This record gives sequence, structure tokens and C-alpha cells, in this order.
Amino acid sequence: MTQLALIIDLNVCVGCSACVTSCKEWNTSGPAGFMSDDNPYQKDPTGTFFNRVQTYEVGEFPKTETVHFPKSCLHCEEPPCVPVCPTGASYKRELDGIVLVDYDKCIGCKYCSWACPYGAREIDEHQKVMKKCTLCVDRIYDETLPEAERKPACVLACPTNARLFGDVHDADSEVSELIRDQGGYQLMPEWGTQPSNHYLPRRKNKITIHKDELVRVDNPLNKEQKEHHKPVDGSVLDDNSFI
Amino acid sequence: MTSSVIHDATKQPAGSIETKNTTCYMCACRCGIRVTLRDNEVRYIQGNPEHPLNKGVICAKGASGIMKQYSPARLTKPLKRKEGAMRGDSEFEEISWDEAFDIMEERLAHIRATDPKKFTLLTGRDQMQALTGMWSKNYGTPNYSAHGGLCSVNMAAGMIYSIGGSFWEFGGPDLERAKLLVMIGTAEDHHSNPLKMELSKFKRNGGRLISVNPVRSGYSAIADEWIPIKPGTDNALFLAITRELIETGLYDREFLKDYSNSGQLVNCDESSEHHGMFVRMDINDPEEGCFDHQNQMWWDRHTNKAVRTHTEGADPFLMGEFTMPDGTPVKPSFQLLKESVEEYTAEWAEDVTGIPADTIRRLAHEMGIVARDEKIELPIAWTDTWGREHQSVTGNPVAFHAMRGLAAHSNGFQTIRGLSVLMSILGTIDRPGGFRHKAPFPRPIPPCPKTPTGPEGVKPNTPLGGMPLGFPASPEDLFLDEKNGPVRLDKGFSWEFPLSAHGLMQNAITNAWRGDPYKIDTMLIFMANMAWNSSMNTTGVRDMLRDKDENGEYKIPFLIVADAFHSETVAFADLVLPDTTYLERHDTISMLDRPISEYDGPVDSVRIPVVPPKGECKPFQDVLIELGSRLKLPAFTNADGSRKFKNYPEFVTNFETEPGSGIGFLAGWRGKGGEKFMKGEPNPKQWEMYEKNNCVFQYHLPVSFQYMRNWNQGYLTWAQEHRLTRYDEPINIHIYSEILQKFRLAAQGKRPGRQPPDHLRARVEEHFNPLPFYSETLEGQLTDTQKYPLNALTQRPMAMYHSWDSQNAWLRQIHAHNYMHVHPSLGDKHGFKDGDWIYVESMHGKVRCLARFSEAVEPGTIWTWNAVGKAKGAWNLSDDANESQQGFLLNHLIAEELPKNECGDHISNSDPVTGQAAWYDVRVRVYKAEDDADHSLPQFESMKVLPGMSTRRKWLGYFSGKFDKKGSK
Repeated sequence: MTQLALIIDLNVCVGCSACVTSCKEWNTSGPAGFMSDDNPYQKDPTGTFFNRVQTYEVGEFPKTETVHFPKSCLHCEEPPCVPVCPTGASYKRELDGIVLVDYDKCIGCKYCSWACPYGAREIDEHQKVMKKCTLCVDRIYDETLPEAERKPACVLACPTNARLFGDVHDADSEVSELIRDQGGYQLMPEWGTQPSNHYLPRRKNKITIHKDELVRVDNPLNKEQKEHHKPVDGSVLDDNSFI
Repeated sequence: MTSSVIHDATKQPAGSIETKNTTCYMCACRCGIRVTLRDNEVRYIQGNPEHPLNKGVICAKGASGIMKQYSPARLTKPLKRKEGAMRGDSEFEEISWDEAFDIMEERLAHIRATDPKKFTLLTGRDQMQALTGMWSKNYGTPNYSAHGGLCSVNMAAGMIYSIGGSFWEFGGPDLERAKLLVMIGTAEDHHSNPLKMELSKFKRNGGRLISVNPVRSGYSAIADEWIPIKPGTDNALFLAITRELIETGLYDREFLKDYSNSGQLVNCDESSEHHGMFVRMDINDPEEGCFDHQNQMWWDRHTNKAVRTHTEGADPFLMGEFTMPDGTPVKPSFQLLKESVEEYTAEWAEDVTGIPADTIRRLAHEMGIVARDEKIELPIAWTDTWGREHQSVTGNPVAFHAMRGLAAHSNGFQTIRGLSVLMSILGTIDRPGGFRHKAPFPRPIPPCPKTPTGPEGVKPNTPLGGMPLGFPASPEDLFLDEKNGPVRLDKGFSWEFPLSAHGLMQNAITNAWRGDPYKIDTMLIFMANMAWNSSMNTTGVRDMLRDKDENGEYKIPFLIVADAFHSETVAFADLVLPDTTYLERHDTISMLDRPISEYDGPVDSVRIPVVPPKGECKPFQDVLIELGSRLKLPAFTNADGSRKFKNYPEFVTNFETEPGSGIGFLAGWRGKGGEKFMKGEPNPKQWEMYEKNNCVFQYHLPVSFQYMRNWNQGYLTWAQEHRLTRYDEPINIHIYSEILQKFRLAAQGKRPGRQPPDHLRARVEEHFNPLPFYSETLEGQLTDTQKYPLNALTQRPMAMYHSWDSQNAWLRQIHAHNYMHVHPSLGDKHGFKDGDWIYVESMHGKVRCLARFSEAVEPGTIWTWNAVGKAKGAWNLSDDANESQQGFLLNHLIAEELPKNECGDHISNSDPVTGQAAWYDVRVRVYKAEDDADHSLPQFESMKVLPGMSTRRKWLGYFSGKFDKKGSK
């Protein structure tokens, strides 16, 4: 069974928020839209976004780590947002495992947003329905798009290629390989939600210096010695030998 | 549970679709974008997958272009300040463009006919310096500044005067092959998307990223090692590393000897007027018009005597002291470098920078060992300028990247000289895995443009007798009046800032207000928020713009502001010219300005209109063409006096730097049929050809021309043939800068010719050190650092560019207000908590703002995002918007002039070499604010909405095709 998902590589995410607004612009004018904004030019602007980036600090100076952390619906294999929905608007597709909201059935009761431990669900204050990442289901099957562009908008936009897209149930897919090779992990596995999106952790590259690398026969300083020296004064063995 | 679906999540809404490729302008990166319209509104902006710069990616700003295009902050009508209204009160009436042009034509014609320097043109972060600079030159005013002096001219000048190129769009790190990248003083940057793409691949390939920065944000988050450093002390680090590399022999001798002036012998006779200059051979028949006669001398190791530089078979000593046949004591440049860094031990640097001495030494070892032992050998044959054929190109895979954290200090020029020397002794210039130039660089040291040298260069009704901005090579190139003072309003190219290659926009208003060096009449400000974040001493500058003399006239009589949006500066205009957005116009990203070249060859690009202009917006370029034509400036006028160009696109197609030169704004598809590039006759179909080609022209240099270009005969000849440069001679790296020494000798009174006024001698002598040296910042030296112990900085966030994006409904949901980020120890010390209101105070002023604790900042530094804070009502935001009520501007704490000191009463707060604005030198203290504090300070009178602006909606539901019909009240 196919399970489409995103991999977020925290090793290269620089927190630029390209994924945040490219998702917004794609989806607000698409079948998942519109995505409204309240107080767009006033105090405390707030709007519907499917993907948000938060930045965390870990540890204490000078050993602080800064982590940029994008998060959108993780398209769980056991999505808690589905069974709680009173109208059946919240559903998971058999075809590819994408979790969606049927806006025509949704009554905006928000039960799903209480059930989701990841905060992936938002109500759109003006359309009065619950909204979330659709994994750009309207792009990935669209044959009018070039094949290379049949991907979520966020994946295409990401300048560091920190977002990868594929089938985590296909052992040969790029995403599955990355999860295996790089220790890809799920968020809050203790909730039993089996999120399909995985995160790749940080990897640090170090250089080891060997002491003898600092002392070399080909040291350029050797070339700064004059090639010939003046004769020395005083007694030398050569002058004083008896044979 | 699955449902029987009614709502179809895959079906695209109906509508007529149109797609066009153009170039983004949400920042100065200039990514290629593909814009999809649905029912004539913008539906989607994506990175153009076929564009060489960004290859399909796009950042947060680029992806939010829709909200820029449809922002209620747009100006749509020309406006004139109402009769009797006070400047700054936003009392405007609509006028026609005809009237606006008549007003400007009359005023500017009068100025041009009487005293052209009374007109000053200041442009901000536009990308039109090719046009605005050329226009100003034609008009005949010396008072043209683009943003560089305000921004990072130190980065340009410090490196250009050393290696003939610099970072950003002039060159950069070759991350495809580097193994170690050291990134210093870099937050977001305007070559941002390509850097992001390359950084990711670099890290995934096992590259090691070290970030040197007082703050760990943005890119530094993914660094393998973060090295916190005290602001303004980076040169201490570079010089200590250089010292360690020399002491351990980890420098690339083979590279330095041939490709730099390291072996060249310097006159060490203090009594000589040539002290500190290279000794040179007399040459018979010196080549006429030669840039570098290459008649400096080496001391040959094999024959133990002085020979001409680069003599075949000779090998210079880089160290030692020698005596020339005529008795002159000499030392090689490298020996002088070694001596000058002797005092810069790692222990000394630890005290200055806060970085442990062992770390400094380890960094030096990592750099040196990777450079030496992980060499790359590319099988590319090339011929050097001395006729030697090489079978391969060597690379030492240590790369660097640096930005404003180094530049925006008064010691920034020498710091960047220090970095350039470090990069050079590691042997990484224009080599794989190191630093690589981008066309039109490398250029000669220094590049050829020069300003006029005296007041005779400014004459009524005459183009300027030189370029408006340039690169002085000696005191004779300065732009001085009869009293040895500045001709320019901003005092650029004077003894106060001799190498001010980009001008000093940050002082223009203050100088004009004070009438020092003289009063002006008209200031035209384009895309520069001078009454806000593009000024220091913002409150003072706003007062100066409003200040009147004893006759009741404004001290700066006439202000014209051209902008697309309702910025803080617009309120102060006497005449407002509404500019188009980037989706509504033609633009050129030109080789004559800052193109988007790749390492392997020149690239330039254009913008074409995707949607029609809103209201009566007119592209500023067309405004200049119209004005230039009305004023009959030579570039815009035929010999018979008739108008030469209808509009900007026609100008771009047909303009040549000189009649018949074949060099114009755009390099691609020149020649009658578009068959030539770089140089060729105007092609009437040039714009069409760009449009068909993703709006971009790219040329790939032959592989043998792509590296070692400073000394690559094939490349240099190609560059000369294609008119990038005049010369095809080698551009030897200046480890030792003889150019700086000329200025120093003048200050010491040893050099005949122009010399600085006595009160500036000591300053010029100290700072025009031919070798990089460490000094504390000027402001730091004049501050009571017991009282103001902290450094305060700003950084650019990745989701906003300058003050450009608060009118953007989506981007402001990422940054609606800024905090002052401080280490928690400051809270402990001064009794405030995370999220409390605090005062931040310098000797110049104070602000009240919200504190945010952070462990990702070195404890002696506090920082905020730049330009997120706004003035009340600006950008068509409501009066209670977070930007003005919680956000704040650090600029209020920074002065554009230093306190009185022995150099003068009103010396610019800038680098004494280049006039670079010293934004990050300011020292501050913090303390808790009142318990009932609930908004930031200072506050300003609310800016009124202007005629022609649309109303703010209370909510948006953007759906392209329905936006202007839908929406709420």
C-alpha cells in the first residue's frame, strides 16, 4: 500500500520559511482554498497556514544549538483526527494514505484539532471548515504539469532541498532510503499515531588533526633559508686534525 | 474511516490561465520566476526550473509576491504636497504626470544651468545603478549615491583592492568542491537562494561548515561548529590565524610567489619619499597604456640577487632582508606581513574576540591542513600570463563567505583586507574549492572608473567630467576642491573617506541640512527609506527634513520621492512619484551594474511586465528617460535636439556606452540578428529574445578560461576582446597594498603631490596601513564602554528584505514585530524577565522594546531583526499594528556622526578608508522599563493614508480571479 509523505531534513533546514508561503500561495487559489487572513494589515495578523516553521534553541551558551523546525500534517497511518470526526469529513485515502478534509461535509466543530497531537489542524475562520496540508494532492496527479513538478509546492520551493517527497512504504524509494541511512524519526511515537512524515536528524562533520601534519619536510619555511652560508670564525676540527 | 467524497480535493478551479517568466525582485537575489495568472490575477509564483540561478527554488519572499502586488500600501498617483501644508504631515493632492514632469523639468533645468551639484540623486536597494548612475553623470551632478556606502562597500572595496573581486554577485565560495567552509558575519544575504542550494549539497557531501558570528541564527543553525565572537573583532581572529599559518608554514608558497606580490621587494628606507613602495626596475620603452608594468623586483633564491619580478627560472625569497645594489634596504612584502602579524598571537586574539586561543590555533590548523593536504587537481590545461602552460588547475578546498557582519564597522575595510590576505595565503583565489570570481570580475586593482578630480569636473549644462563613483588609485584621483576639501555633498572621495567607492548616502541629508560642505536644492530619493531604516539618527533626520531656515524656507528646499509603496519617507516628499512593482515593468540586471553571473561565465537577465501597471504607476526608469529627454541630456537626445528614446525598453535596446562601442545594458543577443554577445550592434529584437529564453542570457566560458582568471591569459584576452576590461594583463593579488601606502606617504608628508589637511594626517596615516592591522572601532574608542558595555546589532531575517515587506499580509505573519534578543544573564543582572519591556540606550539615544532571552547569542551582544519595526500608520498598517506598537527601530540609537574628536566636529560615523556606515559599532546598555510599559518608544505621529491608496481590508481570502471582486469591507 502506498503511503505518500514528506521527509524534513533538519540537517539542512535554515528556517527561511519558503515552504510556509509557497504552500499558502499555491493552496489559497486552489481546491484547498481560499486560506483566509484576519487582521492582514492590523494588530495581531493571523491566518490559515498548512505549514509553519518554528525555531528552537537547545542547550546553553556557548554550546547552544539552534534548530529550525517546519511542521505540517504528518499524514499519520493511524490518524486520530479521522475517527473523532462526527460527519466523516476527515478521511484517509486508501490510494496513497493522504489524510484530507471534505469541506462539504465539515461542520467546523474542531474535534479533529483537539485529537491531533501535532497541532496540524486549523479552522479557517471565514470558510468555517477545518483545513490542513493536502500533500498538494491537486499537483501530484495533475498530468498537465511537467512530471518533475508533480510534487508539493513546498518541496519544489525549498531552497536547501530540505523537504523530500515520496512513498515511505516503498523500500526502494529515495525517502525510505534516507530514513534508513540517516536515522529518520517520527515525532512523538508514544502517541501511537504512526506519522508518515519523518525528520532527518542533524549530522556534524568534524576534522581530525594529527600532530605530525603540522611538522613537514616540505614545509615552505625551509625555502626561506639562504642556500649558502658565510664561513664561520674560530676553531674547527678540520683545521686542527693531525692526519 | 473513509468517506464517499463530495468535495474534490484534486480539481483545479476554472479560469483562463496565462504563464510568463520573469525575474523576482523581492530581494536582490534576482531568481528566475514563473508567474501564473488566472483570470488576470496572480495565481502562483514559482521558481523557474530552467533558470540557472535558482533552478526552480524560491524563498518565502518570492513566494509571497502576490501579497506585495495587491498590497493596500501601493501608491498609484503622482502627488504634490498641498500649498501651505507642512512637510511630513502627509497633506497631498493628486496631480497628473504631466504636471509632475513639468515641475521636475523646470526645477532640474534651472539647477543644471546654474550649479548642477545642487541636485542629488539617492537610490536605495534598486538594481538600476547602470541607469541612475549614467543619468546622474549625464546631468552633471557629482552627488549620486547608491546604497553601497550605507550597506557593505567595505566588503566590495576591501576585497577588490586585494584580489580584484569580492563576494555576493561578484564572486563566492565554490561549494561544489570545497571541503571546509568558514562563514563569517553572515545572516541572510542577497545571493540567498543559490547559497542555500549549495550549502545543502555541501553539507550532504560531508563538507564542514564553521560559522563565526555573535549570533547563532539562520545558516548558523546548520553549522557543524558555531564560534561566537565579539562584534568588530573579526580581524583579530584573521590576523592571529594568519600569524599561525605563517609560523607553522601552512601557507601556499607556490601560489603566493607567482600569483601575488608576496615576493616583491619593498623599500624600507624611512627617509626616502618611496618608503614603503616597491622598488622598480627602470625599463626601456615602457609599454604605453600598460596597467601594470610588472617591473617590481624579487630577490632570487638561486642567484642571491635582485631580479625582475616573475623572471623565468627565478624563485623569490618571501622572507628576509636584503640590500639593493644602490644601498636601498628592502624586504619582500611577505616578510613585512610576517612582521606585522607578529604581535597578533592567539592569546592576544582571545582577549579581543572572546574565542579561546586553542580554538584559534585549531582553526588555523584545520584551514591550513585541508588546504595543503586535500588538494584538488582538475585536468584542465591553461596558459598563464607569463606564457607558461599548465596541465591542470589546482584547488585548495577551503572556502569562505562573509557579509555585513564584517563590513558594517569602522574597521571593516582592514578586516576584509585581513580576510582577503588569509584567503590568499591559503591559495584559494579563483581556484576549485576556494573562492571563484563571477563576470565582470576579476577586474584590475583598482578598477578603472574614476570620478573627476576637481571642481572643474562639475559645470553647468555639461555631463560630469568623470564617473559619479569610482576607485581611486592615489591621492591624485580624489575629488577635491581648491581648499583640499570635498566636492561631493556626502564628502566622498575626500581625505575623510578617500576610497568611498559607493558614496556615503547615510550622511547626505545631514550634510544638506547643515549646508556642510554646501547647501543643495533638490534631493531625489528612489526606493530608499531615508526617513526610517536607511538612516542613522532617524528621529534627527526626520526633523532635519522638516527644518526651516530663518526665512521660513526648508533647509532642503525640494524633496522628490519615487516609491511603489507608502514608506515612512513618502510623508516627507514634496512630490511623490508612484513606481510600478516588479511584476509590472521592464528591468535589466546588467553587466554594467550587478549581474547574476555564475562562476563559469557571465549571466544577465531582465524583467518583463506580467500584469499592467496599477493606477497611474509609472516605472521609475521611464520617468528618468522622460526627464532626461526633457532636459535634453546628451545620452537621451539626438544631435538635432530631438528625443532619442521613447521609453526604457527602447533605451535599453539602443543605448551604447559610446556611439558604436557595441556595449549596452544587456549582453545577450546583440548584433543585427542577435548572434553576438557582450559586444555587438543593437538588436531590435533583443527583448523578445530574452523573453523567449526565460528572461536570462548565460554564457559558459570554455573550461580552460574558468579558473585562475587573474592570471589566465586565455580568459584575460577573451575578457578584453569582449570588452569587459581594457587590459589583458595579470591581476596580481595585493598582499601588500602599495595603493594604501601612497595615501599613507601623503599623510606623512613624504610624498609630493596632494596631501591631507593637517587635522586628518594622523587618521589617514594610521588607517591607510598597506598591511591589514587590528584597531578598535572609532565609535568604540569614543564611547564610555563602562557605561555602555554591550554591542547592539541587527540582522536581516530570511522572510523580509529591508523595510519592504510589512505591507505584505503573508510575510508579516512571520515577522510582525521584533524583539531585542539578549542573553539571560542580562536579565539576571538588570532585573528583567523574558518578554519584559526594556530600555536600550546608547550615548545617542534610547528605545523601549521587548526583550527575548536567547542562549544563541554571545552575552556581550544584543540583537534584533532589522527594519521589521515601522512608524505608526506607515505601509498602510493600522495605528495599533504590532510593527509600530511593539516593533522598534534600532537606528534611533546610532548616530551618523562621531562625537567631536581631533579629526573634526562632524566626522561621519564610518570607516575612514571607505566611508562605510558603521552600523554595528554602537555600544549600549539595557535596563528594565516601567511596569506599566505597553508599547515601544519612540512613537511618531500616525501617517495618513494618501490619495490613490486603497483601503485596508479587515480580512483577506485571496483566490486569484476573485480577489478584487470578493473580499470584505
